[in-house]
Amino acid sequence: MSAAPDHTPTFARLSLADRLSLSAPYLLVPALVAIGFLVIGAPSSWLTLTVSGLAMGMMIFIMASGLTLVFGLMDIINFGHGAFISLGAFMGVSVLFWLSSWTGAPSLVLNVAAVLLAILAAMVFTGAIGWAFERVIVRPVYGSHLKQILITVGGLIVLEQAIHVVWGAEEIYLNRPEALRGSITFGNSALERYRILAVVIGLAIFVAMRLVLRRTKIGLIVRAGVQNGEMVEALGYRLKLVFIGVFIAGSALAGLGGVMWALYEQVITAGMGESMMILIFIVVIIGGLGSIEGAFIGAILVGLLQNYVAFLEPKVALISNIGLMTAILLWRPQGMMPVVKAK
Amino acid sequence: MSEPILALDGVVTDIGQYHILKGVSFEVPRGQVTMLLGRNGVGKTTTLRTIMGLWPARAGRILLDGEDIARAPVSNRAGQGVGFVPEDMGIFSDLTVEENMILAARSGPLDGARRDWLFAAFPPLRTFWRSEAGNLSGGQKQMLSIARAMAEERRLYLIDEPTKGLAPAIVSTMVGALRELKAQGASILMVEQNFSVARALGDRVVVMDDGVVVWTGTMAELAADTARQERLMGLSVEAH
Ligand SMILES: Nc1ncnc2c1ncn2[C@@H]1O[C@H](COP(=O)(O)OP(=O)(O)OP(=O)(O)O)[C@@H](O)[C@H]1O
Ligand SMILES: [Mg+2]
Repeated sequence: MSAAPDHTPTFARLSLADRLSLSAPYLLVPALVAIGFLVIGAPSSWLTLTVSGLAMGMMIFIMASGLTLVFGLMDIINFGHGAFISLGAFMGVSVLFWLSSWTGAPSLVLNVAAVLLAILAAMVFTGAIGWAFERVIVRPVYGSHLKQILITVGGLIVLEQAIHVVWGAEEIYLNRPEALRGSITFGNSALERYRILAVVIGLAIFVAMRLVLRRTKIGLIVRAGVQNGEMVEALGYRLKLVFIGVFIAGSALAGLGGVMWALYEQVITAGMGESMMILIFIVVIIGGLGSIEGAFIGAILVGLLQNYVAFLEPKVALISNIGLMTAILLWRPQGMMPVVKAK
Repeated sequence: MSEPILALDGVVTDIGQYHILKGVSFEVPRGQVTMLLGRNGVGKTTTLRTIMGLWPARAGRILLDGEDIARAPVSNRAGQGVGFVPEDMGIFSDLTVEENMILAARSGPLDGARRDWLFAAFPPLRTFWRSEAGNLSGGQKQMLSIARAMAEERRLYLIDEPTKGLAPAIVSTMVGALRELKAQGASILMVEQNFSVARALGDRVVVMDDGVVVWTGTMAELAADTARQERLMGLSVEAH
């Protein structure tokens, strides 16, 4: 729709140092993988751990992506996000139980169809819950962080209790469908099929989100809104509507993450989402509020570190991620790729 | 004369617990440039932001073409044809210049003739069309901010200090572009501290002090009366 510039811009060309500093966050991933290789020693364990780290990272990214945009767009802190993860998991697992004749059949098509239906049901359900949550819980507390924290934690508790009421207070165990069980061997390492699938789904979601954010007008509005919501309104767009859409999409993605996490752990509890929130907040913060790319890299770093350290020294796995956050914030106080202006 | 494009009538705006605008009333005639002048901190920016809806007016009426928009949401005011160049320029720095312009042309793709006109008025926009707006210099950002307001025909332009902090050569580019806009018959309400720029562009003047309007008149009257300038604004033509 536009002509290329007459001549190549020279003024804005970046120096090598600038480019290094821009791509530095991306370089952290291979750096961490290389360090893992050196420290772990055994290549087969390293490969297995790397794949599970990536799988975990992708799932955390899917759960965190909506939260970071909601943070960035409206400056809303939503602790209730964890409940959408749990609700998605319970809804998805219910559908899988209901379709047990499909999931138990030795048919790839039926297995995949059951999982896709479970995901669809979970996303529609958590999207709808997210829509209601925004109207009832979040909308009255725009602009006040303290009230947001209090009331969204309240919402989290209510939704978790609702899960107890509907699905019972016990944890629920499940088996993955036939086709998603087992591993493939690669050299000496056994790579679980499901983890590889999780990596593929995570990458696909990331690519799709980037395309929407970069190539569509609604994506432009979201990115602009994260930086300067007032100006987006002053150009005639109803940012609130866009925000509600993002909130619903983010809740649906949390539901997707919940189903994926349920299939990964093969057990679900009402508190599963809440217990993920620590890692999710770490990812949102180190990625830089409002940044999808930052959350993506942050989630991969967190997933990898968690798996490497759990193998080497299980007791310090969570501490290691808090250490990672501290180190990154010392390096970049706004996170790796901040897009939100400091308010 | 025809009905003014914009009329403020007793507009009161509070920010937090501070009373900033204490009953502002003035008119912006159609097809003219009205300069909003006054010392620092008297409420000029607050007035523009209140017209745009970015601060809520606690009392008073804001009539756009006779219709009261004082309670309308910001996006509706923009949709009714009010273009806004904020004091801090409001550039989307992670977006390219092109993407900034795509957003500015809300009703459809930026039309080619208009884009060529903007490129002619602000050559750096063509050069850096595909670059991130955050990499532009201060003057180039200001050009982009004004170009965004000009991306569509607006009924009224609100422009806050378009020459703030700019080198003299860029100031004259800016004045040139605003002159062209004026020549097309645009209605403009503009805040400007640089009196020679204000005098070059302004038809009418509204002077504020401490949250109220203290003088209105023509630019010719004010320009001819240095004593009045000193009294109203603490400035003189010589000093600027
Ligand atoms: N966000 C805010 N919070 C509190 N007070 C504010 C805020 N914005 C402006 N004010 C106060 O409102 C008054 C008017 O400010 P305003 O920005 O409208 O002045 P101005 O005439 O545009 O000044 P300048 O010439 O310096 O741009 C000032 O006293 C200022 O301190
Ligand atoms: Mg001002």
